[in-house]
Amino acid sequence: MATAVATQQPEPRVELTPQATLPPPERRETVFDIRGLTASYGGVPAISNVSMQIYENLVTAVIGPSGCGKSTFIRCLNRMNDLVPSFRAEGEIVYYGLDLQGPGIDPVAVRRRIGMVFQKPNPFPKSIYDNVAFGLRALGMKDDLDGRVEHALTQAALWDEVRARLKTSALELSGGQQQRLCIARAIAVEPDVVLLDEPASALDPIATSSIEDLMHELKREYTFVIVTHNMQQAARVADMTAFFSLSSAGEDGRRSGTLVEYDATQKIFTTPADRRTEDYVTGRFG
Amino acid sequence: MSALSPNADGLRRRRAVNRLMEVVATAAAFAAVGALGLMIVSVARRGGAAIDLNLFAKTPHPFSFTNEPSGLANAFAGTAIIVGIATAMSLPVGVLSAIYLNEFARARVAFLIALALDVLNGVPAIVVGIFVFALVVVHHGQSALAGSFALAILMIPLIARATQEALALVPQSTREGSLALGVSRWRTTLGVVLPQTVGGIVTGTTLAVARVAGETAPLLFTSSIVGDRLQWNPHTALASVPLKIFEYSESPDPADHARAWAAALVLISFVLVASLTARALAARSRRRMGLHR
Repeated sequence: MATAVATQQPEPRVELTPQATLPPPERRETVFDIRGLTASYGGVPAISNVSMQIYENLVTAVIGPSGCGKSTFIRCLNRMNDLVPSFRAEGEIVYYGLDLQGPGIDPVAVRRRIGMVFQKPNPFPKSIYDNVAFGLRALGMKDDLDGRVEHALTQAALWDEVRARLKTSALELSGGQQQRLCIARAIAVEPDVVLLDEPASALDPIATSSIEDLMHELKREYTFVIVTHNMQQAARVADMTAFFSLSSAGEDGRRSGTLVEYDATQKIFTTPADRRTEDYVTGRFG
Repeated sequence: MSALSPNADGLRRRRAVNRLMEVVATAAAFAAVGALGLMIVSVARRGGAAIDLNLFAKTPHPFSFTNEPSGLANAFAGTAIIVGIATAMSLPVGVLSAIYLNEFARARVAFLIALALDVLNGVPAIVVGIFVFALVVVHHGQSALAGSFALAILMIPLIARATQEALALVPQSTREGSLALGVSRWRTTLGVVLPQTVGGIVTGTTLAVARVAGETAPLLFTSSIVGDRLQWNPHTALASVPLKIFEYSESPDPADHARAWAAALVLISFVLVASLTARALAARSRRRMGLHR
């Protein structure tokens, strides 16, 4: 399936191809400036020495084979890895000039600005309305609660499907609807960045395409970072693409994930600079 | 064919041993059920006849060997008050310790606290009674509150462990969903984790209530010097069902013996109903949890 990517015609469904919107480097605003990030669990490095910049109002995809540390990487960006006691990170993740891992930075405040959508839809066992309202209430955004809930559900393209049954349990929704509800929940609290960790891997193609359409719509307001192992998805939604792979074994014989190449999506999929990237996107490896 | 012959590899002997152990284990299981069954039947046979409205409505008649109506209303009221207050004391402490144990404590601290709760669960009730006697009763005299305090100590580990088990069943993805919104840990626990454990907490509390409603030893030290009037004030010592059973068992009047059996039957029925209710609630909450798995 991967071989088709490089020669594939742009899908007619997506009128605005991401490449057309990619501003030149000098006009990109840096959101994350990641410098020499090494992350390990219990002393075993999962990713080592990753440096890259993530830009505002673009969709940045992280692709690569299984076990190359994509999820570890994205979970560093909102300090979700802090929940794992054995986790350690070195290097800097500078977010609008502030090192996220610096002393005095509260991970709760980080996650307030940098939201996340997970691989498996994880709605709360509450009503559809309360799923969206929960974060708003907890964060004190209680003015015009109904309006905020409606706005978030509309942005997530779910409003028309659920407006008549807001009080029913979110667990009765289909998988695709649940995932859009999780996106609505994440954007309701108006974060700057939304991280998506393989958000469509548990969904069917129709639900997947609706989530991709969403990202096209919403990137005017948010910065997206999406982990995916589906290369067509990266090609469809991302402006920038980072290819992660496993490094060759170090002196201790261990392999960890590392950033191989990072560039405009079109470049990664048509004229990659690194042989390993080419092998991966053309399906010779991975 | 010889490999499949009836006695290859000592097959006959191994089959006999297998059969024997199966019979022994089955017998042991039925003996346990039998003990419960026998107890219920014998208590019901002796106490069933004495259960009437007077048992719950009347206080003990001042004289023995009389046919005047007599009952144990004061003991039932006292037990209800003492156990009620004990539940009010132990429920918040038990639930909060479980939350600390499961949501906040580091692995090593959590291990120590779980161990402490298990030890507390194993402390003999009479030791708890003596402890509360030395701590409270020596200074302030007997009271229902002191009795509640002693029972609460027995209830805390039961409620905490049941709550902790329920918390451990809540999927981590639920917590992550809330934390990823920038919601604090405590608000996450209160808002999305705890609501999923209500079934477990109710189950654990029901079992703890059933367990302590029949406790005698702690009340002996804390709430045993009582009259026969119906009383409600928890600052005074109040009568209780288990102590009344003990007292009546030593009475010379056979009618008192019958009332003791009747009270025992009420107690055992309460424990039975409470346990079955707790089971039903637990099953229901597990089904609810299963919905989003």
